[in-house]
Amino acid sequence: MRRLVLAAGLILAGLAPARSFEIEAERLFGPPDGAVIQVLSTTDTQAFAPVLADFAARHPGHAIRYVQASSTQIQQAIAQEGARFDMVISSAMDLQMRLVNDGYAASAAPHAPDLPPWARWRDQLWGIALEPVVTLASRQAFVDIPVPRTRRDLIAALRANPARFQGRVATYDPRIAGVGYFLLAQDDQVSDGFWRLAEVMGRLNAQLYCCSGDMIDDLRAGRLSVVYNVVASYAARYRPDDPDLIQIADEDYTLAIVRSAFLPVDAPDPAGGRLLLSYLLSPPAQALIEAASGVSLTRSAATAPSLRPIRLDAGLLVYSDRLRRGGLLAEWQAALIQPSTPPAR
Amino acid sequence: MTPRALRRWLEPARLRSLRRRLVWQFLVLSALLVAGLFLTVGWVAERASRASQDAVLGAAVTAIAEGIRSVDEGLEMDLPYATFSMLGAMGDERIFYAVTVGGQVVTGYEGLPPPPDVPDGVAPVFWRADYQGAALRLASVARPMLIDQRLSQVTVSLGQTRQGQAAIARETALGATWVALAFLALALPVALLAAQAVLAPVQRLAEVVSARGPRDLSPVRHPAPRELAPLLRALNGLIARLRAALELAETFIFEAAHRIRTPLSLVRTEAELALSETTDPATRARLRRMVRAINESSRSASQILDHAMVMYRSDQFDAGPVDLSVLTGSVLRAIRPLAEMRDITIVARGLDSACPVVADERMLEIALRNILDNAVKYSDADGRITLDLAHQGREAVLTLADEGRGLQGDPSRLLDRFHRGANVGDVAGSGLGLTIVAEVAAAHRGRFRLTPRDTGGTCAVLSLPLA
Repeated sequence: MRRLVLAAGLILAGLAPARSFEIEAERLFGPPDGAVIQVLSTTDTQAFAPVLADFAARHPGHAIRYVQASSTQIQQAIAQEGARFDMVISSAMDLQMRLVNDGYAASAAPHAPDLPPWARWRDQLWGIALEPVVTLASRQAFVDIPVPRTRRDLIAALRANPARFQGRVATYDPRIAGVGYFLLAQDDQVSDGFWRLAEVMGRLNAQLYCCSGDMIDDLRAGRLSVVYNVVASYAARYRPDDPDLIQIADEDYTLAIVRSAFLPVDAPDPAGGRLLLSYLLSPPAQALIEAASGVSLTRSAATAPSLRPIRLDAGLLVYSDRLRRGGLLAEWQAALIQPSTPPAR
Repeated sequence: MTPRALRRWLEPARLRSLRRRLVWQFLVLSALLVAGLFLTVGWVAERASRASQDAVLGAAVTAIAEGIRSVDEGLEMDLPYATFSMLGAMGDERIFYAVTVGGQVVTGYEGLPPPPDVPDGVAPVFWRADYQGAALRLASVARPMLIDQRLSQVTVSLGQTRQGQAAIARETALGATWVALAFLALALPVALLAAQAVLAPVQRLAEVVSARGPRDLSPVRHPAPRELAPLLRALNGLIARLRAALELAETFIFEAAHRIRTPLSLVRTEAELALSETTDPATRARLRRMVRAINESSRSASQILDHAMVMYRSDQFDAGPVDLSVLTGSVLRAIRPLAEMRDITIVARGLDSACPVVADERMLEIALRNILDNAVKYSDADGRITLDLAHQGREAVLTLADEGRGLQGDPSRLLDRFHRGANVGDVAGSGLGLTIVAEVAAAHRGRFRLTPRDTGGTCAVLSLPLA
């Protein structure tokens, strides 16, 4: 399915006017003759479709052209190519913050009384969803051993059963996935124990992926036993009807990414962008987003005690620093990439 | 604002009330004060918040610089998350930074302007620049470092927008202004009271001056604030000059009347002698008219003399105990021959009991003579005049009723100087007689009034307070 969408996206990309950033998918919601709001987003089209369809239903005069691209491609499109969109949505908080800090975002004043203060920056960057980052596992791998409840338990389980998990552990490749690097930086900052986990995963010849979706697909196909740091919204699609898929409770801490939106300064239809933003922050849209991801941004404090939402805050700017990134990746590489590790797929 | 313009603002010509002027001045000066406060507090708050934010910015840039290490591959830097987070927390500011080695940007924002002065020493330098359409406050530090066996200058620049700081300064200044305005609102009634209090002595002085009798030309001796002393001195000087002028005029009149009276009596005696010596009827008639005219002039001169006397004595009031019944009796004796000449009967009542008053005897005598003289003059021959002296409450009341021609027109106008009734006919008079009576009454805080009688004739009433 995903490959199909990707293929459709590629075809559409080929038909669209010349642009150099790569898009993954493109879809129109609402009547084609309506005022079209251009949205550039990292969020999986299928996962976001109910929300966009609901908007189109509530606003008959408007349509949304939803363009899905990776966070690095979005960064390139906005900062370097001057692509014009009415709204930019991304889960890569550091890149979003960088774009806003560098002056690509317009100010807005949507009605959002429930939005927690840490989920917005100035009046320019607005959190629209909370995406917990989880560890998933196949039930078959944990039939005879207890399901780990913390990272420490996970390290112990991996160490104790090297044969079982050899080559069957996966995580993001931070060198190519923006989200992967961001999560790595967060793990580095939150916990010293993470590096022990990285060492263990490296010894188990961990597989490296570009995307959450691919990891979950391979986990469901039985090629993987444990996937570390996947965005929960992808998993939520399968979990109810896949009895084999279990979520390892990260009771020590569960990072949660704030998916955020901003309105570019050079938007072709600023009013349309504001309308969509107000809708996304409204209770009905938040209810739909919560149904898809399982976590509410506006009521996150009540969700789980270990949930640690990453704040939208100027500190995020440090992650895009070249030297810092280089240093962190070098350290990660030393810990995780053993001489026999195959390249990321 | 020039001092002249300020003065025009403070003392607008249209404000004629001193109190309004004071309040207006208070308001204008206060408005200036509030504006000054707004600017001053804004400036101070701006400086204070800039100083504190500069301290944070300086600490942040120092922290970044200290996180830079020289390693084999070049530079290693641990950009501290907390530092950026803290910087951003002070009002959601945008943040830009750059690390340069020998002028080449190693990491951070390309094109961030370099510091105007190369920072030296440990302390950061602060400066301002525009970058990406934002006004930045920047701090830079430089550290010499051994990179690839060469000593290079590593410069770290960290900049932030200062929208929050400007907003804080503005809000602080606005807050101070509101407080000042509130104080002003409270102070306004106080200012009104103060203006009232300042002007109260002026008011009191005005009351004292206007409460004086019409003939009171004594110097004003009222305790007044030092600022009013010149006014008081000027007023008293004016009064003194006025009194001198009046005294001069009255002395002149007195002198003139006196000097005219004596030759007039001489001329009358001569005319009467000539009348008795001639038998020619035409000459006799002429001489009689002459005597009559001389009598008239003599009488007028004597009344002018009386009037001048009364005026003079009103100023230099020389009061003493007088028995009104005795005085009335003596005046009555003097006037009786004149009445008898025209067969007028004067009936006096109430003169046998004492009637003590405090009065200037000479003035009172003049008044009584004029009042009686008037009654006799306007009574018909064979007429009857009733004089009645009685006590009424705390007053002695002298009533004189005649059966003469009565009054025509407003009786009170007859008391005006040189004003005579419309029905005087051929009776000679100066129009001063009743004026003199009224002035004497006023000087003694008494009253004098004329009323027509129901049976014809006039009733003249003189009331004086009893001793």
